[in-house]
Amino acid sequence: MNKIIYLDNSATTPTRKEVLKETQKYFLKQFGNPSSFHSVGLESKKAINKARKKISKILNCEEEEIIFTGSGTESINLAIKGIAFREILKGKRGHFITQKTEHDAVIQTMKWLEKMGFRTTYINVDKKGIIKLNELKTAIKKDTLLVSIMYANNETGVIQPIQKISKICKEKKVLFHTDACQGAEYLLLNTKKLGIDMMTINGSKIYGFKGTGALYKKKEIKIEPLIHGGNHEFGLRSGTENVPGIIALAKALELAEKEKKIENKRLTKLKNYMINKIKKEISFSKLNGSTKRLPNNINFSFFGIEGESTLLLLNEKGIMVSTGSACSSQSLEPSHVLTAMGIKHEIAHGSIRFSLGKFTTKKDIDYTIKELKKIVKNLRKISPIWNKKTGLIKK
Amino acid sequence: MKFEGQDWFYSKKVKEHFLKPKNVLKNKSEIKNYNGYGKVGNMKCGDIMEMWIKIEKGIIKKCKWKTWGCASAIASTSMLSIIITEKGGMKINDALKITGKEITKRLGGLPQIKIHCSVLGDEALKEAIKDYESKNNL
Repeated sequence: MNKIIYLDNSATTPTRKEVLKETQKYFLKQFGNPSSFHSVGLESKKAINKARKKISKILNCEEEEIIFTGSGTESINLAIKGIAFREILKGKRGHFITQKTEHDAVIQTMKWLEKMGFRTTYINVDKKGIIKLNELKTAIKKDTLLVSIMYANNETGVIQPIQKISKICKEKKVLFHTDACQGAEYLLLNTKKLGIDMMTINGSKIYGFKGTGALYKKKEIKIEPLIHGGNHEFGLRSGTENVPGIIALAKALELAEKEKKIENKRLTKLKNYMINKIKKEISFSKLNGSTKRLPNNINFSFFGIEGESTLLLLNEKGIMVSTGSACSSQSLEPSHVLTAMGIKHEIAHGSIRFSLGKFTTKKDIDYTIKELKKIVKNLRKISPIWNKKTGLIKK
Repeated sequence: MKFEGQDWFYSKKVKEHFLKPKNVLKNKSEIKNYNGYGKVGNMKCGDIMEMWIKIEKGIIKKCKWKTWGCASAIASTSMLSIIITEKGGMKINDALKITGKEITKRLGGLPQIKIHCSVLGDEALKEAIKDYESKNNL
């Protein structure tokens, strides 16, 4: 295997050369601890302050509203549990709201909060994967502490109406956090325009480093830290700062912001090309999720075949994708995102996510579809549930 | 993008059988040559398996199958079809004793979470033998 076509950019992206270059000296020369009083330390402090400033400009917020963390998952945990711990300290509990197609970082955190005595509500989505706003309105109660709804979905790329949600939350006077890990590369990040109270981003999906993340939090919102220690990050995330990682996150975000318009246009064209070509060339293939989706996400189900098999056969051709099939998960249940959208199990099992990226070309797409066509055909040949005329056999 | 890695999720043997499965039923017209049929699995789990066997004088002579499922499900059915037909075929009584564990062993092992996939093959086989026996009033 030599040439790799990497269509799994929603799992993680490579680090951009420009990002790596910018961080190199913080490994080798300016390696100081930002908390040190000497010059080597102060250089590091200066560098992370600069990074914080850069990000705050993009997010249109104050510098002290950016908290650097170790991942998107950690930022999400800090936002949600930070509120919960604050209430626990007061001897109180309360109510959290999220929706059914969230990432496990949110869902599992909510499940844990249930054990701690909090109430939770998971709002339904429609067939296209978009949150039911009416349900959200009625779900908000007097003791609702936080609404956490993702910006764009990691499996389908479906974009949630963030501004409408923030309007509802404002009217009902409840806090709103959004997980923008998937959206950060492509969507509006101006927190004032979005009207959000907290937002999670991370580096590993935007050509930065893995193990880096940040939480935007309005300064008037009080939360408790998850990690105690030397009071780093305004006392909300102790531990010596990941200086190169922070520099990388700021640089990656800066590049994304600068190139957003052109790159979104290029990817949207490529995405539509791929969607139309698959629909045309592979019978009984179904695009999962709304067309209001990220410019890099394509999620298809191929009737009569199973996702893991498809993934591994594509892998043999050097094409890297992911699947919502149960067989690739630990739970043996198919994707909770697809089933929440009312997609039948046998269709969800046959889902493949192609997530394009900065280095994806039209040639890559053509090659992928050429191989995909053969793979789908071969797997359907050995499938007992495939029927040429109806797609799936009648049960 | 250049990439040197060759890592694969399953064993070499699983890969071999997954990429080139043996004894797949190619054409529906072949079915009439078989005298036992079994089907197991369900849509929810994402594994469904169909098996056709040809029994002569109490020995399984031929086996064909179709599987909808992950790589280990495909590879394990392929391996099972070999186990029961190799060396001139297997006696019905011996075939009924085959367990998922045995298939897994012949495949060079499977990840723990995948073991249930190979168990499906021996269930399909048992169904097919049952079908043969009831058709022949045994």
